Amino acid sequence: MVHQPTPANSPPASAGLPPEAVLALDRVDKGFVVEKKRVAALSEVSCAIRPGRVTGLIGPDAAGKTTLMRLCAGLLLPDRGTVRVLGEDVVRNPLAVQAQIGYMPQRFGLYEDLSVRENLDLYADLQGVPAQERSGRYRQLLAMAGLEGFQGRLAGRLSGGMKQKLGLVCTLVRPPRLLLLDEPTVGVDPVSRRELWQIVYHLVEAESMSVLLSTAYLDEAERCAEVVLIHCGRILGHDEPRSFSRQMAGRIWLVRAPALAKRTLQRELSRDPAILDALVLGTSVRAVGRDGTPPVLANLSDPSGAEILPVAPRFEDYFVATLKDEAADGESNRIALGGLDRRTNGNDVIAVDNLVRRFGSFFAVDRVSFRVRPGEIFGLLGANGAGKTTTFRMLCGLLPITSGTCTVAGLNLRTAAAAARGRIGYMAQKFSLYGNLTVRQNLRFFSSAYGLHGARRRRQIDWALATFDLEPYAASESQDLPLGFKQRLALAVALMHEPEVLFLDEPTSGVDPLARRDFWAQINSLADQGVTVLVTTHFMEEAEYCDRLVIMADGRVLAEGTPEEMKERHGGGAGSEATMEDAFIGLLQHRQPTGATP
Amino acid sequence: MKPGPLLRLKGIVRKEWLQVVRDPSSIAIAFFLPLLLLFIFGYGVSLDATNIRMGLVIEQPDSASLSFAGGFEHSPYFAPIHLPSIQEAESALRASTVDGIVWLRQNFAADYLSKQSPPIGVLINGVDANTARLIDGYVQGIWFGWLEQQAEKAGRTLRSPVQLEQRIWFNPQVRSTDFLVPGILAVVMTLIGALLTALVIAREWERGTMESLLVTRISVNEILLGKLIPYFVLGMGGLVLSLVMAETLFHVPVRGSLWLLFAVSALFLWVALGMGFFISTVFKSQFVAALVAMVSTFLPAFILSGFIFDIQSMPAVIQGVTHLIAARYYVAILQTLFLVGDVWSVILPNAAALAAMGLFFHGLVHRRTRKRLE
Repeated sequence: MVHQPTPANSPPASAGLPPEAVLALDRVDKGFVVEKKRVAALSEVSCAIRPGRVTGLIGPDAAGKTTLMRLCAGLLLPDRGTVRVLGEDVVRNPLAVQAQIGYMPQRFGLYEDLSVRENLDLYADLQGVPAQERSGRYRQLLAMAGLEGFQGRLAGRLSGGMKQKLGLVCTLVRPPRLLLLDEPTVGVDPVSRRELWQIVYHLVEAESMSVLLSTAYLDEAERCAEVVLIHCGRILGHDEPRSFSRQMAGRIWLVRAPALAKRTLQRELSRDPAILDALVLGTSVRAVGRDGTPPVLANLSDPSGAEILPVAPRFEDYFVATLKDEAADGESNRIALGGLDRRTNGNDVIAVDNLVRRFGSFFAVDRVSFRVRPGEIFGLLGANGAGKTTTFRMLCGLLPITSGTCTVAGLNLRTAAAAARGRIGYMAQKFSLYGNLTVRQNLRFFSSAYGLHGARRRRQIDWALATFDLEPYAASESQDLPLGFKQRLALAVALMHEPEVLFLDEPTSGVDPLARRDFWAQINSLADQGVTVLVTTHFMEEAEYCDRLVIMADGRVLAEGTPEEMKERHGGGAGSEATMEDAFIGLLQHRQPTGATP
Repeated sequence: MKPGPLLRLKGIVRKEWLQVVRDPSSIAIAFFLPLLLLFIFGYGVSLDATNIRMGLVIEQPDSASLSFAGGFEHSPYFAPIHLPSIQEAESALRASTVDGIVWLRQNFAADYLSKQSPPIGVLINGVDANTARLIDGYVQGIWFGWLEQQAEKAGRTLRSPVQLEQRIWFNPQVRSTDFLVPGILAVVMTLIGALLTALVIAREWERGTMESLLVTRISVNEILLGKLIPYFVLGMGGLVLSLVMAETLFHVPVRGSLWLLFAVSALFLWVALGMGFFISTVFKSQFVAALVAMVSTFLPAFILSGFIFDIQSMPAVIQGVTHLIAARYYVAILQTLFLVGDVWSVILPNAAALAAMGLFFHGLVHRRTRKRLE
């Protein structure tokens, strides 16, 4: 399905490229051969990027963003079409292009065993910056990135946010005319993310640089002057971010129903034929209509006190409205569990007290405490490297505890790790499935690994195939499944032995917003049936779906509470308008005013 | 050269050098591993058999049999163990407490006096065929020595159809250290040249730094040269280290000229670097690159170069295969330069083969390396 929205003021795409375009792609095709099959990464891509502004290349993972960036940098050759950068044909004259652009790949391209200063020197040498210009430029760049005090430190010993800024600075030692940034903000804590954006704005204003920046966070669209929306290798639109959301005006509402639990409200709203999408936001549900018809509150199971108010549209609404499968009604994402024996009625399912994990002199997890009640969705929110996964591994009994206690389902993990493991389901990052086994073989293997056998095992496999709509795929190898179904299979595997606690480690990273919605609908239905869910995430907005959460940074818990409490307490006075990101930033700044880890 | 390319080259070389100095695994491969190999092969591994535990069964101790046994006592190769009976000696051989048995029967002296050639029984553990052959040779040596001695005593000379006058040239003591240590140089240079470079380039791919490197205005030649120079210096450093060790610790002679040794080593190092570059242009993960470098360069340098196993005694097919192994040509030159001298008839053809291989690999690398990711 190809949507080519053509808003009135959209810049011309292919024909008659504006002469001032810093970057112009004309009907570019690019494919790769994966396992002997040809996969199109970009098809018929045409666009022109205008100078002196930040253009966002926005789309979910695997949309073709990195391929497009690499084509522009001369690292890949297009199969068809032309790419012109700053007036030069990249294919014919890559060196001339590379001499004028700055490019930061996803992994920043830093040499971790070189110091900050040595990295700068290397890139200055490579870019031919004369010696007499260096000290002035370095001072300016390091001040901009807040790295003045760290010149002698090895790049590998910097925090994630600082690495990102150093990577950016290295591409700037010789001021480029066009700056290509490939996902510079993914996985970085929100404070560093804001600082990075400030640097980018500064470059555009003070050095009149043109910037093309790719990101998978749809909420970053609003920060760009122009947005190129890309999905499955095709450009869905190219415009100012406001023009995208303006098309959704009058279709977004915030619904409150004090008599209903927020997940019940969400479920009932998404069943409403007028509603395309319903998401939990704080205590309310944010609903996107198919058109201007609002949801009928009288149809709710308990409409007492319910109210509805129109709200401003966001960029993501456009994306969802354009791509959401018309047929999906949310019901297919309900997962019915067979039976669940809850042995920990009333008590906390997970109790963590002063948990510590040390690697050498480094505290990956430092005195972490929290409690999770039965049937709760509990979130661990934090940037990459905050200690979420380490905490998780200890809770699952996969990593020994340095000190502190933690009990899961009433069992102490230090003394009864094996028994506790039988009561939990664990879905690791990247799903950990056997790619060359079929869906059925995966289910068979994992069920026996969890100790299921005989009739119960057969019953559970049938249940998994039926509940997760995996029957059509039962005989296909799991590596060939679409991403959404891989995720279903991974979840099915984690649920086969009917655990009472489900651990999900970054379950939605690398998944597009639509698949993420389906996934959360599945998780919600599990929680409704009494499964306790513990989930880690670095997507701020996903914190809204949790009943309660902790925010983590540098191995420590900064705050614990419901999403509403977090936003109210730490949102910096923005009150109910505050976002989770505001709360996170408020917490980080309160703790360490400089923003730099010692 | 314009300042631009020179500056870029300087940048790459310095970066590469800092990485080597700071990365413990590079240091281990460049310095620790060569030292370890030198120690193992210089001290530990010796293809000479010494202190052979020989079981002596003398059924009738008399002057004849005792003087023969004395030959074993005084030999540097044997550590004789006296055993009372052949039965016990055989069980000792089975239990592997002796490596062989020499059996002098009761009528040894009488037989010698009557027939001039008394039968002795020799049994050798043949599990290690090489050692067994050596023991056999040593026992025969003692036997003939004894016969000669006896003949002299009786005022006769031993009559044998051919008089054997043995001279061993170039390594008169037949010390295996003298040819093992030069061979080690080939292994060390292969390690640094092929394994280390394959590893560091694959690491750049793995960590994503290659991507940023390629987008700068650097050219392919500058990248290759920038990587070649530091590892060339490192390899020559390894050579000097090994040479000093060979000279001071193991007293291996260098009979050829030193400049020629360095020139040929530089040539071989260049070939090894070419192989390392080639491996890393094909395999872009450190793990695979290391494995491939091990199997395709390091192990052949050990097994098929003639360093430990004589190429002449390999089956014809394998002998053919050794012609594809660069280390083979280098080992041939090394052993000549160390033990014989500047023998141009050996050095020139082997050096020509090395040059051809170097051109092949570097040409291939040059053709395959593009400033692109595909």
